[in-house]
Amino acid sequence: MSTMTKPKRAPKPRPEAEKDASMLKQKEMMAGHYDRLTSAPENGDKVCATFVPGNLNELIMCFDFVNNLPEQNAIQAGLRKTSGRFVMEAEKMGHSEDVCTYVKSDLGMMARGNLAPNGKPFPDPDVLLLSYTGCFTFMKWFELLREQYGCEAIMLHTPYTGDGVITDNMREYMVKQLKEEVIPKLEAVSGVKFDIDRLREYLRESARAEDDLVAVLQSAKKKPSPIDAYFGGIYYIGPIFGAFRGTKEATEFYRLLRGEIDERVAAGLGPITPDGPMGEEKYRLVTEGPPNYTSFRDFWKMFYEEGAVCVASSYTKVGGTYDFGFRHDPDRPLESLAEYCLNVYTNRSLPQRVDMLANYIEEYEADGLLINSIKSCNSFSAGQLLIMKEVEKRTGKPGAFVETDLVDPRYFSASNVKNRLESYLQMIEQKRSSTQTLGAAA
Amino acid sequence: MTSQEQIIDRCQVLFDDLSFTSAREWKAAEEGRKVIGYMPIYVPREIIHAAGMLPLGVLGGGDQLEVIHGDAYYQSYICRIPRSTVELGVTGRLDFVDGMLFPSICDVIRNLSGMWKLMFADTYARYFDVPQNFDDKVGGEFYVNELNDLRADLSKISGRKITDDQIRASIELYNENRKLTQDVYAFRAREPWKVPSSDLYLVMRAGMVLPVEEHNQMLRDYLVAAADSDRPLRDNCRVLLTGGFCEQPPLNLIKSIELAGCYIVDDDFLLVNRFLLKDVPTEGDPVENLAHVFLHDSESTAAKYEPFQAEKGKYLIRAVEKYGAEGVIFAAPSFCDPALLDRPMLQHTLKDAGIPYVAFKYAENSGQMQPIREQAGTFSDSIKLWSEA
Repeated sequence: MSTMTKPKRAPKPRPEAEKDASMLKQKEMMAGHYDRLTSAPENGDKVCATFVPGNLNELIMCFDFVNNLPEQNAIQAGLRKTSGRFVMEAEKMGHSEDVCTYVKSDLGMMARGNLAPNGKPFPDPDVLLLSYTGCFTFMKWFELLREQYGCEAIMLHTPYTGDGVITDNMREYMVKQLKEEVIPKLEAVSGVKFDIDRLREYLRESARAEDDLVAVLQSAKKKPSPIDAYFGGIYYIGPIFGAFRGTKEATEFYRLLRGEIDERVAAGLGPITPDGPMGEEKYRLVTEGPPNYTSFRDFWKMFYEEGAVCVASSYTKVGGTYDFGFRHDPDRPLESLAEYCLNVYTNRSLPQRVDMLANYIEEYEADGLLINSIKSCNSFSAGQLLIMKEVEKRTGKPGAFVETDLVDPRYFSASNVKNRLESYLQMIEQKRSSTQTLGAAA
Repeated sequence: MTSQEQIIDRCQVLFDDLSFTSAREWKAAEEGRKVIGYMPIYVPREIIHAAGMLPLGVLGGGDQLEVIHGDAYYQSYICRIPRSTVELGVTGRLDFVDGMLFPSICDVIRNLSGMWKLMFADTYARYFDVPQNFDDKVGGEFYVNELNDLRADLSKISGRKITDDQIRASIELYNENRKLTQDVYAFRAREPWKVPSSDLYLVMRAGMVLPVEEHNQMLRDYLVAAADSDRPLRDNCRVLLTGGFCEQPPLNLIKSIELAGCYIVDDDFLLVNRFLLKDVPTEGDPVENLAHVFLHDSESTAAKYEPFQAEKGKYLIRAVEKYGAEGVIFAAPSFCDPALLDRPMLQHTLKDAGIPYVAFKYAENSGQMQPIREQAGTFSDSIKLWSEA
């Protein structure tokens, strides 16, 4: 018996996202990084895996390790739409549906060949640098990886700044861990002796890039904003949050990026989106929480199609908060690494987070706060409804709440997100007209 | 002699009382008394006690509290304990509490510390951090300084200096409490038919709200009374329950597991009662002693880093051996990151050791026990039918 099947329609090819020179440069840097990583075994390089918050890239480079960041790999899997099946693979292996999808994407990817974005297998790490900063899950994630790889794991515990301050006790504890635990173990695994002057040189380079990054992110105070500091911001933070902080490449990248943004400011231009230059800037939003990566472009499109630009975001501070003045300091190398870890956004107390977001709304003259609440990430998400209420109370600006996930496509409902965003923008519109009416009446 | 039933009746009253009347009465009995609330998993109650204060365990609202306000603060994918704790706070049930400690256990409780600061700005709230580095010179020094900071804060609240001798005296009382707690656990493991786990749970839970002196007496009385119990021995299998170290299961869940044919011979409920596994020395610097025992002789649990891969999950195997368990039940609250992320690793360790296990989730307000009874019953049957013994 034969059956008739309807011929499948080929999916409509999506136009290539528009990219400026810095984006092309970054693409080239990332490709180079993945090539270096996947050829580590043949080149005799050793691999250190670590996390984006608390990423001690300068220290890692002192031992000639290639840095592999599992969160970035999960993001890549999300953007390439492979994370969904990795997550389900991990759930089949016994990992709970309730827990972080970065972890499950990573474990599922390992079970399915552990291929890097360049199609070559990731090498096994030689060491796991468990930089335990701002996220409880990190600890379990690397215990899970240690079980799989059987390699050395080094714990670097960053105390939580629950009272909103970095105490001497916290800093000294971290410096001692670096001296007594982290550096000796990295020396032992790598066979490379620690050279503090080499670290100082990397830190000096980091500070240069950090200056330019801050200038780029703060350019969003202009009207129109020349950048989108959330969706676009994710491209901007890529190198500095990843394996490039402390390198000359990163310094050059941020110099190039800053030049581009300066030109856009001078020309009074708005952000570049994947569909080209954004139209008129109608709404200025501050965002809290990570984005969704499985529908990243669709998610962003919902904003720029409505003329909404994100002028500041907390997510772009998750791998380091530089806009309040912190810079890696070659004169205080270990102390500054400790302070960097202590300062990351998710290691900040809730009142600090409220202050930060409320200040962003004022300083960037935003219309309100939009929270993208991530199912996977309790570090960000627990308490966000109170954050929204507090920020609304303090600024008088409306907040909105959407819920998605990092890399699990099952938790991205495009119509729900779009409806909420559109309603929110209408609310802003209404608030504006009522303020104008009140102003006219007065 | 107080009978087992009388003790349990008293504990049940304390357990059911979501207004914490006994702690309120303790506070009202003397001018200037203060109460410090704490959440799971561990705080050094000795220091609170040494300040002349009552440490009060706050473990959510259980299955009897209707959460109305608390749900407005949390998304659906966050566990239940923070929302019912917020409910307790917002409804004034904790209005007599002079401070709250939020221990290092997970991101949700960590963030709740900041929420508390925002919502109850006039009440002292502290995130209580503990080291994940267990070297005396590194994590130990950090922890001693943290303990001394806590001591200074509590001094301010109580309005009196906390002396070393006062801490030593409190350590003695808590050493006794830990010993009595271990005695009750050992008794249950020996003769589980005489100490139903729901009883044991209630007796331990009373320790969350009573002054330690009173709880010590209760434990002594319970041990005497339980020895006289004439409950019949049943043909139950012996299981270890793990995963319930933060959000507490409904009492009915514990009863259902036993009704399904499982004697629970060890568990990780209310770990604060026995987090420290050895007596804290009363000679020398008492704060350093508390830190030393925490670093070297405290419970293994998901909230603590295990530095050695070879040791991962071995504490469960040791507990299985010590208490003669035949299998392990993983009972974790829904959305509990520590328990659920740890679970696969613990299961691998058990599998390698040939120890059977089963897993399910609960919430503190779970009402439907039939599926749990069926799972526990099937597990019990499978152990009895198929185990090598």
